[in-house]
Amino acid sequence: MTEVVLNEPLSQVSLLFVSSALAFLALALVLFSFQLVKLSTVEAVSSEAKAASVGSTMVVEKIAADKMTATERAGFILLWVSTAILGVGVVLRGVAAGRVPWANMYEFSISGAFLILLVYLTALKIKDLRFIATFIAGFALVTVFAAVSLFYVEVQTIMPALQSYWLVIHVVVAIMATGFFAVAAGMHIFYLLKASGRAKKLFSHFPELLQMERIAYRFNVVGFVLWSFTLIAGAVWAERAWHRYWGWDTKEVWTFIIWVLYAGYLHAMATRGWNGKRAAWLGLVAFLSVIFNFTIVNLFFKGLHVYSGL
Amino acid sequence: MASSFLSRLSFWPRFFWRQLTSMRNALILLLLLAVAAVPGSVYPQRSADPNGVKVFYDNEPELAAVLDQLQLFDVYTSVWFSAIYILLFVSLAGCVLPRTKIHFAALRARPVLTPKNLKRMPEYLSEAGDSSVLESAMVVLKKRGFRIDRQQDSISAEKGYAKETGNLVFHYSLVGVLLAVGFGGGFSFSGQRVLVEGDTFVNNLASYDSFSPGALFDEGQLEPFSLTLDEFDVVYDLANRANIGQPIDFIASVSADFGQTQTASAIRVNYPLAAPGANVYLTGNGFAPVVTVFDGDGNISYQGPIVFLPQDSNMTSLGVIKAPDALPEQLGIIAFFYPTAEKLTTGAYTSIYPDPIAPLLTMNVYTGNLGLDSGIPRNAYALDTTNMKMIAGRDGPVSAIELQVGQSADLPDGMGSVRFDGLLRFASLDVAHNPGGIWVLLFAALSLVSLTMSLMVPRRRVWVRLISSDRIEFAALSRRDDPNLPQMLEEIVREIRSGSKK
Repeated sequence: MTEVVLNEPLSQVSLLFVSSALAFLALALVLFSFQLVKLSTVEAVSSEAKAASVGSTMVVEKIAADKMTATERAGFILLWVSTAILGVGVVLRGVAAGRVPWANMYEFSISGAFLILLVYLTALKIKDLRFIATFIAGFALVTVFAAVSLFYVEVQTIMPALQSYWLVIHVVVAIMATGFFAVAAGMHIFYLLKASGRAKKLFSHFPELLQMERIAYRFNVVGFVLWSFTLIAGAVWAERAWHRYWGWDTKEVWTFIIWVLYAGYLHAMATRGWNGKRAAWLGLVAFLSVIFNFTIVNLFFKGLHVYSGL
Repeated sequence: MASSFLSRLSFWPRFFWRQLTSMRNALILLLLLAVAAVPGSVYPQRSADPNGVKVFYDNEPELAAVLDQLQLFDVYTSVWFSAIYILLFVSLAGCVLPRTKIHFAALRARPVLTPKNLKRMPEYLSEAGDSSVLESAMVVLKKRGFRIDRQQDSISAEKGYAKETGNLVFHYSLVGVLLAVGFGGGFSFSGQRVLVEGDTFVNNLASYDSFSPGALFDEGQLEPFSLTLDEFDVVYDLANRANIGQPIDFIASVSADFGQTQTASAIRVNYPLAAPGANVYLTGNGFAPVVTVFDGDGNISYQGPIVFLPQDSNMTSLGVIKAPDALPEQLGIIAFFYPTAEKLTTGAYTSIYPDPIAPLLTMNVYTGNLGLDSGIPRNAYALDTTNMKMIAGRDGPVSAIELQVGQSADLPDGMGSVRFDGLLRFASLDVAHNPGGIWVLLFAALSLVSLTMSLMVPRRRVWVRLISSDRIEFAALSRRDDPNLPQMLEEIVREIRSGSKK
């Protein structure tokens, strides 16, 4: 390969952007939390009256019809700002390294957080998903914080094993899948909280359980298709780089486990008595496995995917 | 009476079959499969990490023996893991086969009779209109790809059969993947060979250092070809201060003789060489110092390159030389190679850079019995010194022998001398072929396409009915959750109306 001259000063500028995004994310999270607290003090306008007249599929519009409070609007402006700043940080990191910015854990985390925010903000344009804003902001905050404080490495030239166009395809699709799974996981959490019957006032502002379950299902479906592609692309790459398409490497094992868990979730959604809470738990366990695969397996399990850079 | 006896006899098998093929059971088997796969990532597996298993055995022999009994070092070929996925696939077949039959019938059948009460459908509209609307509806629905059945005063239309087709094809492709993995694995092979610069490898079983064939492998699968390693290059990052010494490319320049064609090409990580009947992969590399050993009588008892195993990222390497024919006694040498040697304050050496800038070879020399005649197979990379005496080395009677390229040194006690003639590199090559790979990929790709189809295509029914001479009703139903259903019905109605006015 041609020698890449790394631009370290530029990577420092990138780090500056990523760190400032952290501050904006934290502010957004505070505002969204305020909003939740505020909602928990007032009962929503009787949803039955409205829902009955428009039909069950329209229930989600109930919140859309509610006007955004100033706090909430400020929160979303901050979320957009932090996404833009993070995006600049990610792009600069790629420019500084002279390649795609997802070749180690730090880069995967910041790119991942950026894509999750982007998936969420885009989805928001189509569907009213404001109610999981706290989860999304919180999740992105934790991811970027972990990236900066735990996973940070200076820009490096990449080892020969990673010098392949599959790095672009395989990894970017994995990140996108994670983004969709994350939004669904947020939905599962609020679904389970609402279903538990606690904080009735707060959750009266949330969509109906059935509606939340359906949105989560749609995100998981897209995530599952992307994850299947990640798995196949990974096998094709492994055939090139490791002379076998599948070898039960620890990362391969966990990618497989996650695939099977989400397949289980999809089956649960089609099985009477297993949808609802059980399916939500299953979706949540599957997403926890995604996190586990990215953190614990990367750092502590022995295998061929030794790309954390730590 | 006979029939009641028979039905009682067939109750349990049928009961189990129904249980096994139920959706709930498929779900439980899936979850079991996920859980069963976990230990394979916790304990080292013989297939992926045989050395890890050995280390585990050395550290905790008793626990290892127990785990081995439970097949925890061979999880993915274990009885219990196999049992789960075989049951899962039987359950899959039991579920998918009858559904295929039903789907085939549905594909040939007409859309259902228009239900009496359309108002109960999730989407319902009623407007003014006459029988010309029905004609227009036929055109619009046909154009939208609906299958249409004109009934007395109504139209029943259905589309999205691709959803179930996708669902079924997806499950069949998974069976295809499983079969391709199984048969492909049977006919597959992979052989390892270490090649020093200048060496030639001929593709036959005897030439491999290690070889792992599948259960159905036949030696005739090895196509005749030969491969010479002309040169091995490592490119280091020299442009970026923080990364100096980081390898950025490994290039094995080879001359290949494929019978008809002779080519010069390069094998690199991620870029295997396509040889007849197999790919040749680059999996490792290191140094092979060329050494000559003279025995006490002045005869050459060893000459040639020795493969040294790298020990760290700066390529401190360890090698063993055995000279069984040396006189008066057999000679054994444990040697360390430092590509760029630096002396530590303790007196020991270390390598501070992986490229040979100041190469140094140090040797601990032993005499005595190499143990090669006992018939026990010996590891070429290890020296058993139990029956040997150290004559030079750290903590030995004479300090270790240190050689730079071209230098030679006498051994103590008149045991001979050694010379460091030169330095070569070696490449570890892997020759591998799995004929199932392409089929696995094809079925996997098919499964991906059909999965997308089954999850994204909505299965929809639309009805249009004339309720009186001037009133018409529309209704729509979707099999699963379908957020765009109301919008679709509105569009259809709009199109039908604009069509009937023309």
